[in-house]
Amino acid sequence: MARILNLSRRHFLQSTSAATAFVLGAQIAPDVIMAAVRGAEFAQPNHFVRIDRDGTVTITCSRSEMGQGVRTGIPMILADELEADWSRVRIWQAPGDPEKYDPAGKDKQNTDGSRSTRHHFTVMRELGASAREVLERAAAEQWGVDPGEVRARHHRLHHDPSGRSLDFGEVVETAADLEIPDYQDGARPALKTEGEWKYIGKSMPVVDNHDMSAGTATYGADVRVPGMKIAVVARPPVYRGRALKFDATDALKIPGVERVIEIPPLPADQPAEFRALGGIAVVGTNTWSVTRGREALKIEWDSGPFGSFESETFDDALRRAAANAASVIRHRGDVDAALAEADQVVEAEYFVPFFTHAPMEPPVALVDATRKPVRVWAPTQAPTETRQYVAEALGMDMADVECNVTLLGGAFGRKSKPDFACEAAILSREIGAPVRVQWTREDEIRHGYYHGASAQYLKAGLDADGRVTAWHQGAAWPTLFALWNPAQKSGSALEAGMGLVDLPYDRIPNIRIATGETDVMIRVGWYRSVNNIQHAFATNSFAWELARATDRDPVDLMLELIGDAETLDLGKDGVEEIWNYGDSIEDWPIMPKRLANALRIVARESGYGRSLPDGHGLGVACHRSFHSYVATAVEVAVAADGTLSIPRVDVAIDCGRYVNPEGVRKQMEGACIYGHTLARHGKITTKSGAVQQSNFHDYPVTRMSDGPLDVRVHLIDDYVHLRPCGVGEPGVPPYAPALANAIFEATGKRCRSLPITRDDIVS
Amino acid sequence: MISFTVNGTRHEVDGDPEMPILWYLRDELGVTGTKFGCGRALCGACTVHLDGAPVRSCTTPLRAASGKQLTTIEGLHPEANHPVQKAWREHNVPQCGYCQSGQIMSAAALLARNPRPSDAEILTAMEGNICRCGTYQRILAAIRTAASEV
Repeated sequence: MARILNLSRRHFLQSTSAATAFVLGAQIAPDVIMAAVRGAEFAQPNHFVRIDRDGTVTITCSRSEMGQGVRTGIPMILADELEADWSRVRIWQAPGDPEKYDPAGKDKQNTDGSRSTRHHFTVMRELGASAREVLERAAAEQWGVDPGEVRARHHRLHHDPSGRSLDFGEVVETAADLEIPDYQDGARPALKTEGEWKYIGKSMPVVDNHDMSAGTATYGADVRVPGMKIAVVARPPVYRGRALKFDATDALKIPGVERVIEIPPLPADQPAEFRALGGIAVVGTNTWSVTRGREALKIEWDSGPFGSFESETFDDALRRAAANAASVIRHRGDVDAALAEADQVVEAEYFVPFFTHAPMEPPVALVDATRKPVRVWAPTQAPTETRQYVAEALGMDMADVECNVTLLGGAFGRKSKPDFACEAAILSREIGAPVRVQWTREDEIRHGYYHGASAQYLKAGLDADGRVTAWHQGAAWPTLFALWNPAQKSGSALEAGMGLVDLPYDRIPNIRIATGETDVMIRVGWYRSVNNIQHAFATNSFAWELARATDRDPVDLMLELIGDAETLDLGKDGVEEIWNYGDSIEDWPIMPKRLANALRIVARESGYGRSLPDGHGLGVACHRSFHSYVATAVEVAVAADGTLSIPRVDVAIDCGRYVNPEGVRKQMEGACIYGHTLARHGKITTKSGAVQQSNFHDYPVTRMSDGPLDVRVHLIDDYVHLRPCGVGEPGVPPYAPALANAIFEATGKRCRSLPITRDDIVS
Repeated sequence: MISFTVNGTRHEVDGDPEMPILWYLRDELGVTGTKFGCGRALCGACTVHLDGAPVRSCTTPLRAASGKQLTTIEGLHPEANHPVQKAWREHNVPQCGYCQSGQIMSAAALLARNPRPSDAEILTAMEGNICRCGTYQRILAAIRTAASEV
């Protein structure tokens, strides 16, 4: 447990600002240390809550807002314990500085892995409660009464025996002079009981609602600084390719184009990581001119080492690797013997292609490298790594780079990788002016960090009663760790830990899970829900197939396979490394009973088993990811020509303690649309190493008319007393298998490859 | 010389008449509520009104605005209280918010010409606006609400 203590007596600093504020910070080095500081004590703001004399409460959000509602949810936690009036709360977006703004001390301020709420919940409560205790003592001191008689309620301090009260702002100066209690030896500020919460667990609109509806919210490309130039970059069509030569004559004739500069290719022996890969940049005064300038460039490209990469051939290799997967990562009983004795053996192969993220805001970054510290403004999920890689690109120390985080116009994992900021940094230094690098949609689709394609081969044995006695699952995918180690052919515990090694079917007596190897010839990176997508797809589809092969009800069979165990102990199955989303298995155990509960709830709420019109089918899937348990029921309507619509979706989510139920519902609604895209549309292919898609006409995503418009979200309260779990990603994985199962129910067609096309359904 | 108004203010442009309205707004005027999403009129993030009609500003050249009234999200209502904007907030539509300027402009244009659209008419009008966060069901609900108020 983190140690909390009063760092020091408060420091009286002469602030040039007239306003005195009470400021409470959390410092993390290496433990959580609470400090009362005053006003401009630190050169950099260093606090999580600040209360000004007018009573305005400013709460720091240290995570990136990309639509998941983090700028609302995390401050709600602190505001609740503080007894703040939400209408008087302002949010301040922290720059990248994990030593100050990573209160859990282990995330580097990265916003990914659906971990923001679970890693902030306790520390934000304690910060809010600490501040509240100090305000109560300050009021007591002003009145000359016993602090035990003062209570904070709704932004005021009340002394009920005398009926007096003061606004938070009226005690700020006294509070700033008070010592924070030493929270040592496990002592903690007194937290509210659940029944006393005003905001936690209650639906709140997002704090940016007004700005987003008014067009005044600030995203990456909305930042402007004096003297700024705009650039677009022609990048090698093939990953790790390079420009052999280029002719900029025509480009430079275009009004508004000022410079054409080569960003040097990354040396061949340096892994891609999040670095700029090189290209020819056109720099000028406006986006239109430089885009036309780029079109006018004449460039001769060298394809580099991956010019022969054909995704079609690669897909076949993946299938063979999955079928021959030999590296056993989980083993229970004797699968081969059980298969030999089985009354029935069923096998199937599942395939999921490469995807790209396609956030509505393409990557963009503004960097001013003409000054020190260098300034970055970017819609980044990873402000720390942005500083790190920009510093490296400039040959500077990370301490000499600042990163300001704008709103993110969607991200889905793409904006964890700051290659685009590195490009802007290199160009800014080269031309001696601030530079915004704007990626076009074509750039985003052709130069992504792709979700790796995957193949899985499954084989199960069943006895005469239809009980599953053996389960073999072989999987192969290009690992995202090739970003750091390009020669790595095997998957990682992190990727296998997303729904593969932690197969939830605890009641099967014989289990073998194995992985195969594959080359990585394209830039692979994490994408919303990551490997859970394919693992949930194969597992849930195959379980449904087993049920239908034996005339059993699929949901009954799934419940039988999952069982109701309190926890799943993978160590007993010889699993050596359990990644568990970066968290301890003790704090966030794998709990089959919660998955079963979610499945039962979605079956009940969706009316599973109800009679449906002709051509309709209801399919169900469930999956644990990011510690949450989500079950999804999709109703599909399939027309005779194979076109389909989704009349209704039900989603049951158990994410433990939730902060903003409206936010959870929105994430589930959106996850179904995201899931619908990858189930029906998204597919990246390559020819001679180059990505063949370029924009939304050939990389389509779900539009309003083809996705679900009636998603009913059922928040599960049965385990709300347990720790918060992820919300941003867990809604995605169950959607595609639920849809595939629904299509089977409607048509009898089993679709084992994504995306599911009309031909798959009518063939 | 191209002459038109942007949110009621007169502008005269001497530059390239082929420049898409989007980049004139964003890069020349610094009016940034209108967003860039695809550059090919495929996603609707850049939707603005020309004499009240929705157009994709990323592919509509400046010359097409000649003599017309151009309205962006900033000019839809002085306090951002157009019925569509109010309904957007009532239904908590936005997630990342990036596409929402374009969504709101498409919805406002729909209701201006068809104050009581059917759901099918809403879907048709909004088909060109992509939301990758997946807020469509709230967009539909918000347009239904706004339709009862315009």
